[in-house]
Amino acid sequence: MARNVLETVQGIEIFPLISLVIFVGFFALMLGYVFTMSKSKVEELENMPLRPDSDADDIFTADPKETRN
Amino acid sequence: MATETFYYDNKIVRNFAIATAIWGVIGMLVGLIIAIKLFAPNFLGFIPELSYGRLRPLHTNAVVFAFAGNAIFLGIYYSLQRLCKSRMWSDTLSKLNFWGWQAIIVSAVFTLPFGYTQSKEYAELEWPIAIAIAVVWVIFGVNMMVTIYKRRVKHMYVAIWFYIATFITVAVLHIVNNLVLPVDMLKSYSMFAGVQDALVQWWYGHNAVAFFLTTPFLGFMYYFIPKAANRPIFSYRLSIVHFWALIFIYIWAGPHHLLYTALPGWAQSLGVVFSVMLIAPSWGGMINGLFTLRGAWDRVRQDPVLKFLVVGVTAYGMATFEGPMMSFKSVNAITHYTDYVISHVHTAALAWNGGLTFAMLYFIVPRIFGTKLYSIKMANFHFWAATMGMVIYVIPIYWGGITQSLMWKEFTADGTLMYPNFMETVTHLIPMYIARTVGGSLYIVGVLVGTFNLFKTMNSGTLIADEKAEAQVAEIVSTSRKEGNFHRWLESKPTLFTILTTVAILIGGIVEYVPTALISSNVPTIESVQPYTPLELEGRDIYIAEGCLGCHSQMIRPFRSETERYGEYSKAGEFVYDRPFLWGSKRTGPDLHRIGGKYPDSWHFMHFMEPRSTSPGSIMPAYPWFATQTTRVESIPAKIRTLQRLGVPYAEGFDQDAIEHYRNQAEEIANGLSSSGFDVEWDSQMVAMIAYMQRLGTDISAQPGDRADAVPLRTDDEADASATASHN
Repeated sequence: MARNVLETVQGIEIFPLISLVIFVGFFALMLGYVFTMSKSKVEELENMPLRPDSDADDIFTADPKETRN
Repeated sequence: MATETFYYDNKIVRNFAIATAIWGVIGMLVGLIIAIKLFAPNFLGFIPELSYGRLRPLHTNAVVFAFAGNAIFLGIYYSLQRLCKSRMWSDTLSKLNFWGWQAIIVSAVFTLPFGYTQSKEYAELEWPIAIAIAVVWVIFGVNMMVTIYKRRVKHMYVAIWFYIATFITVAVLHIVNNLVLPVDMLKSYSMFAGVQDALVQWWYGHNAVAFFLTTPFLGFMYYFIPKAANRPIFSYRLSIVHFWALIFIYIWAGPHHLLYTALPGWAQSLGVVFSVMLIAPSWGGMINGLFTLRGAWDRVRQDPVLKFLVVGVTAYGMATFEGPMMSFKSVNAITHYTDYVISHVHTAALAWNGGLTFAMLYFIVPRIFGTKLYSIKMANFHFWAATMGMVIYVIPIYWGGITQSLMWKEFTADGTLMYPNFMETVTHLIPMYIARTVGGSLYIVGVLVGTFNLFKTMNSGTLIADEKAEAQVAEIVSTSRKEGNFHRWLESKPTLFTILTTVAILIGGIVEYVPTALISSNVPTIESVQPYTPLELEGRDIYIAEGCLGCHSQMIRPFRSETERYGEYSKAGEFVYDRPFLWGSKRTGPDLHRIGGKYPDSWHFMHFMEPRSTSPGSIMPAYPWFATQTTRVESIPAKIRTLQRLGVPYAEGFDQDAIEHYRNQAEEIANGLSSSGFDVEWDSQMVAMIAYMQRLGTDISAQPGDRADAVPLRTDDEADASATASHN
C-alpha cells in the first residue's frame, strides 16, 4: 500500500539517497569537529560549571583546586 | 579586564523549588490512590470525579508537568544564570513563567477529574489550557534565550544546548499535537483522525518523554554531576556527540509505540531502526555522567546529592536499554499493553527524574539559603526509601506484565486459548498490584521526609534573594579583537544552535508524517465504515471523559492469540471517523474494538452498574452514575457541525435533525432495557454508552441496509467538493 503511493511521487528514488547523505554527512562533520577541537579549548569548556559562582559559593567547595588535569 | 557586579535571582529558584516539592507530593499521592484502586476498585466510593479513569490522567499530568515541569524550571533558572554569569533577563517574565505554570496546573486539577479531556496521553488538557501552556512556554523560552544572548561568558556550556533543544522541540510537539477544532470552551475534536492522529500523538508522546523528561535532565546531569563532584565532565567531546546524536535520532522513534497496529508497516520499521540506534547516544551520555566520578567514588558515600545522581543516571541507562529492546517487534509483542510498560516508565520516572530532581533540590536549597542541609541522615533515609521503593514498585509489575502477556498468548494442545476468560489473567496480577503499592508508598514516605528536610533547611537559613556575583565583562570583547570576525559568528551562536536543533528535530517528524498524510486518502477505505450516529458520538465522548482508554485498547493486533480472543484484527480504514483515535496503550481490561454486538444491552447495563455482577473478580470501577446523569443533548448540533467542518460526511443540515435522530435511537435502546427490567431515561449517559459499545468494530462486517439508524450522508456531488478534506 505504502509502496504504491510512494511510487507516484516524482523522483522518489533520490529520497533515500539524500537521507543517507544528510545522515552520514551530518555525523561525519560532527565527528570531524569534535576530534579536531584543541585540548585547551576542551579544557576551557569542560571547566565552565566549575568556575566559582559567587562569594557565597566558598563554604560549599571543599577543595576548589582539585580538578582533573 | 574589568569586572562587573551583578546579582543572581534566587527567589525565582526558591519558588520553583517549593512548587516542585509540593506538586511532587500531590502527584504521587494521586498515583498511590489509583494504584490502590487497581486491587480495591471501590476504594473512595462511587464519586465520578475520583474514579480511576479520571484520576489516571491527573496523576500523569501532575508528575510530568507539575513535578518534573517545575523541576525543569528550577534546574534551568539556577544553572543557566550561573553558566551565563548573568541574571535571568526579565524578572517579570520569570514571575509570569512561575505563576502561569502554577495556574495551568491548577486548571488541570479543575478539569481532568471533571471529565474535560482531549484524551491523548500527556496532552489531555483541553484547548484553552493547551493555548495557555504554549504561551507560558514561549515566555520561558524568550526569557531563557535573551539571557543566553546577554551572557557574560564566551561559550555556551553543553547543558545549555540541552535546554535550547528542550524549549524548541516541546514547543513544536505541543502545538502540532494540540491542533483541534473547538466545539465549545471545554470540548474539541482533533484535526487528525484515526491512523494519522495516532502517528501524531505518539510522535508527540514519545518525544515528550525525550524532550521534557530526558533532555533537560541530561542538561542537569552535565551541570550538577561536575558541580557536586567538583571535577569536569568525563569527556566534553563525547558530550557534543551525545547531544547531536540524541536529538537527531530520538525524534524518529515515535512509531515504536504503534507496532503491530494499523499504522503502515514502513513507518513501524523506521521507528524500530531508530529506536535501536538510540541506545548509542543514550548510553554514551550515561557513561559520560558516571565516568565523571572515576577516582571520586568515595564521595558518593558521603554526599546524598551524588547518591541520587548516580542512581538516577544508572536508572536512565537501564530505561534506555529497555526502550530499544521493547522496540523490537518480537519483544514488543509481549510487553505492549501490559504492566511491563508501566514498570519501564516508573524506573525512569522514580529514579531518573525523581532522583535528579531531589539531587538538585538537595544541592540548590542549602546554597540559596546560605546554610547547610538540615539533616544528612534524613537525606540518606530518603535516598534509600526512594531506591528501594522504586525497586519494590517495578519488579512485581515487570513480572506481572510478562506473566499476563504470556497468559494471553497461551494455547492448549487442542489449539484453543488456555485462558479464554480475560479475568483469569487479571486476578493473577492482584498480588503484584499490592506489592507495587507497597513500593510506591515507601517512595512517597521518602519524598515526605525529603520535603520536610528541605523546608527545615529553608527555615534554618535566610534566602539570599539576590546573590552577588562578579564576572569579567570584557571576556567576549577581548577575544573578538584577537579573532576578528570569529566573534560575530560566535555571538550568533545561540541562533545558529537553535536553527540547527530545529532542523535536526524536524527532519524525523516530517519524513514520518508527510508520507502518511500523502497516503491518507489511500488508507484503504472500507465502504461499510460509516460516521457515528449522534447517540454513539455522545457515548464516545463519555468514553473519552471517563478515561476508559486508560485501561482498554481498541486495537486488535494481528496475532492468532488476539483474533481468537477478540475477533478480526483492526484495520486502518476502520478509524477514519475517530477523532481523536482511541487505540489506547494499556490493557488492564480487555480490548474493546470488537465488543459491539458481543453482549446484549442488558449485560452492559449490569456491567456498568456493578462490573462484578457480570464478571466476578473484575477490578473495573462501577459507573452507577451512568444511569442517573443525563447527557448534554443540546450540544449535539454543535458537535455535528464541528465534525462536518473537519470533513466527516454528515448530510448538509443534519445538525438540525441530530437531536431527533439521537432521541429515536436512544428510545429504542431505553425501551429494550425497560423490557429487561432496567428502567433508564433515553437521555441518560447509560444509553449513549451502550449505543457506543454496541457500535464498536461492527462496521467492518455490516451490509448495506443493515443499520436502521444509519446517519444521512452527503450526496456524491457534495462529497466530491470536499473530498480532499474528508480523511485528513
